[in-house]
Amino acid sequence: MSGIVVSTTVNGDPQDFVCAPGETLLHALRDRLGLTGSKEGCGTGDCGACSVTLNGRLVCSCLVLAAEADGAEIGTIEGVAEAGKLHPLQEAFIEHAALQCGICTPGILVAAKSLLERNPDPTDEEVRYWLAGNLCRCTGYDKIIRAVQAAAAQMREETHGV
Amino acid sequence: MQFLRAESVSDVARCLAESPNAYVLAGGTDLLVQMGTRRIAPEMVIDIKHLPGIGEITQTENGFRIGAAVPGAKLGEDGALTSEWPGVTEAAQLIGSTQIQGRATMAGNLCNASPAADCVPALIAAGAEVEIAGPDGTRMAAVADIPTGPGKTTLAEGEFVTAILLPKRQPASGDAYLRFIPRTEMDIAVASAGAWLQTDADGTVTAARVALGAVAPTAYLVDGAGDLLVGTTLDDDTLKKLEAHCAASASPIDDKRGTVAFRIEVAGVLARRAAKIAYERAREAK
Repeated sequence: MSGIVVSTTVNGDPQDFVCAPGETLLHALRDRLGLTGSKEGCGTGDCGACSVTLNGRLVCSCLVLAAEADGAEIGTIEGVAEAGKLHPLQEAFIEHAALQCGICTPGILVAAKSLLERNPDPTDEEVRYWLAGNLCRCTGYDKIIRAVQAAAAQMREETHGV
Repeated sequence: MQFLRAESVSDVARCLAESPNAYVLAGGTDLLVQMGTRRIAPEMVIDIKHLPGIGEITQTENGFRIGAAVPGAKLGEDGALTSEWPGVTEAAQLIGSTQIQGRATMAGNLCNASPAADCVPALIAAGAEVEIAGPDGTRMAAVADIPTGPGKTTLAEGEFVTAILLPKRQPASGDAYLRFIPRTEMDIAVASAGAWLQTDADGTVTAARVALGAVAPTAYLVDGAGDLLVGTTLDDDTLKKLEAHCAASASPIDDKRGTVAFRIEVAGVLARRAAKIAYERAREAK
């Protein structure tokens, strides 16, 4: 079985790797590129722990073949903090204690960032529906919703406030 | 396993015909799950997303051409499509999570051939067709003629769906889709119904179609349901008849998500409610 050469852009940086034809993007990110922030929960697209953006769309990287990503732009949790500064969502998750064990947190942050890029002022209901594919078995979600709303408010202030 | 990024429709048809264990990859939300759980072990996976036009929604003089690789999220972003076919687009967007919507396609939902596939009753009610490419060229078929049972379709060896075609919206017409699930999102239909109808200026129904999902081996057009509605203004008596007629047409199974009796009852209720929404949309559309 021959390897497939895949050229991608990950978090803005060019990244090439060689993968097996049936390998998932999640596997390639974690085990080929060492980007272990994306987690494998279910491996069947139900839990959202492996959420990344693929050409700007939120997807489960466990349901993408690595070979499909040739030429694609991928965004992972490792690209959410910029230049050593946490993203407002990350700050808010810490502030609001919106995580316990933390395994779902990278996926939720990537998903929430994708929401706020499209809708900077969502209702609680919109946040809950958008994050319906991100399962958390610790928090009961309430703190997650509050943290996303706090970050959204902060980001709106940063955009319009100055 | 081999992975092929297909450059042309004929490439895909040839590979599918040559390898009986080759699978088409569009959104992959069913295919990769089946591969991951080892229900299938493809010799070849053919990525069709780079075929010309396959990821595009185009408006033609006959209606909409929706490429087989268009994901649910893109359907929802198309203002013209969502306003002309709200039932179909809502049905497609009920499938899975935001992440699944980023990848899952209507063509995949159809070809995966689950009896509970959400967009299929809506497409059948809408009178949608599919464009199918194969070793002998391209043919058209009604959506209703594709699934034949769970996981089974009428597609011949070497054939694959390249587009779904929705007719141009008629004046004073509307469509709707409803499903029952025990929670608010992220679940599989226990029973579902799609409805389409058209009225005259006075609000009398002139044409109608009703389709059901998850209550038979395939989603299906309910014989005679449209005829019950034609000539009426969808009064309560007519809606009651529709509900009974649709319920009587259902032949569901018992499983962990619902009993036979429950599915039959709910299928009728959903058909009635979907017809009512379609009627309101037709009246608003004028």
